[in-house]
Amino acid sequence: MERTAVRRRLNWQLATVAELIDETQRVRTIALDLPDWSGHRAGQHVDVRLTADDGYQAQRSYSIASAPEEHQLMLTVERLDDGEVSPYLVDELRVGDKLEMRGPIGGYFVWEAELGGPLQLIAGGSGVVPLRSMLRHRDAIGSTVPAKLLYSARSLPDLIYREEILRAEHGGVDVSLTLTQERPERWHGYARRIDRDLLAEVCWPPTKQPRVYVCGPTAFVETAASTLVALGHDPGRIRTERFGPSGS
Amino acid sequence: MTTSRGFRGRRRVDADPARVPPGQYVTSDFPVLSAGPTPHTPLADWTFTIRGEVDAPLSWTWDELRALPSETFTVDIHCVTKWSKLGTTWTGVSLDTLLDGVETSAEFVYAFCDGGYTTNLPLEDVTGGQAWIAYEYDGEPVEPQHGGPARLLVPHLYFWKSAKWVRGIELRNYDEPGFWERYGYHSYGDPWKEQRYAGD
Repeated sequence: MERTAVRRRLNWQLATVAELIDETQRVRTIALDLPDWSGHRAGQHVDVRLTADDGYQAQRSYSIASAPEEHQLMLTVERLDDGEVSPYLVDELRVGDKLEMRGPIGGYFVWEAELGGPLQLIAGGSGVVPLRSMLRHRDAIGSTVPAKLLYSARSLPDLIYREEILRAEHGGVDVSLTLTQERPERWHGYARRIDRDLLAEVCWPPTKQPRVYVCGPTAFVETAASTLVALGHDPGRIRTERFGPSGS
Repeated sequence: MTTSRGFRGRRRVDADPARVPPGQYVTSDFPVLSAGPTPHTPLADWTFTIRGEVDAPLSWTWDELRALPSETFTVDIHCVTKWSKLGTTWTGVSLDTLLDGVETSAEFVYAFCDGGYTTNLPLEDVTGGQAWIAYEYDGEPVEPQHGGPARLLVPHLYFWKSAKWVRGIELRNYDEPGFWERYGYHSYGDPWKEQRYAGD
């Protein structure tokens, strides 16, 4: 959906950390109270800016994890081993701290129920964050748009929003999980990196003309997107959000 | 200015701060941030076209483009997603070479690409040694994920203006927002003025 109307400037504002939720060993959700939040669309992100005592600043972008209908804005952040900002957000930040941020940003990787479906969400690791915003939005407004989620993670303890994802089946979302490094005993899901057979088995077929959103590390997204195109999906109906090093 | 309690940051000592625009961090990696699947056009089908406010459209096949005088040059690049990569080496044909002899009243260009990507720029920002059609990065063909076989390269602006998989430019008398510009990003995109989003 294009918005060509003049927008007001995205000003920096000071949010207060209201709650911190540990999702996994390296992932934390930050719930924020904001004085002047104009709302967002599922899939958008915010820019966060940190300032050290000597004035040094660092900025990074983080996907919004909460639905537009929720009262608190939530970000979910994964600690990168060599990160500059993420270790601070995951390990140091405390309830009551102030966090400078601006947004919402991004008008392409968004989904709202009016866009219709069927919806195909494909997440690699912390790529699940903006997709959860979409699922929570779908749930909040009681949408009946058919939806499938394919989520790839290293192991069960690394599955972000685990309880919520497992409950999503009851909310009418067809969930497929694949654990690439470690599995619990009696694991009934997939146990490998995504490939053509896996995608062909769990995704909507091209004849259904799904709206596809893929998010995760760039190598994961590249594999998913190119394989879906090879399976016959219209490239114009596949939206991607990538992060992390390219490896090249 | 608000300080973030307990934040120390990590100042990179090997990068000249004068080369790093506000809000950016230096990476030695080369992130990929495309909005959709990577297009793949066979070189036999590839052309670059200049059309719009010109007497007649000009077009080059891949072989014809590669036969033009080219330059190898090293520039810093700055992505709106905050990463900067210093000292990147490219080989390509200058837009000045492609526009040589082209008469136009146009003030703007609209770059169009395989996969449907577009971006808009003032004509004066892609001339005078500021822009190239680049087909080699670091001595190797530009990889498809990075915009190969050829991408527009306009290093003085945020890197979304350096359109991947470029197939041509349309010369225009009016300025129309391209892909990211329609989705909330700044129309011009000067990293030194931190013009990331509309209204900045």
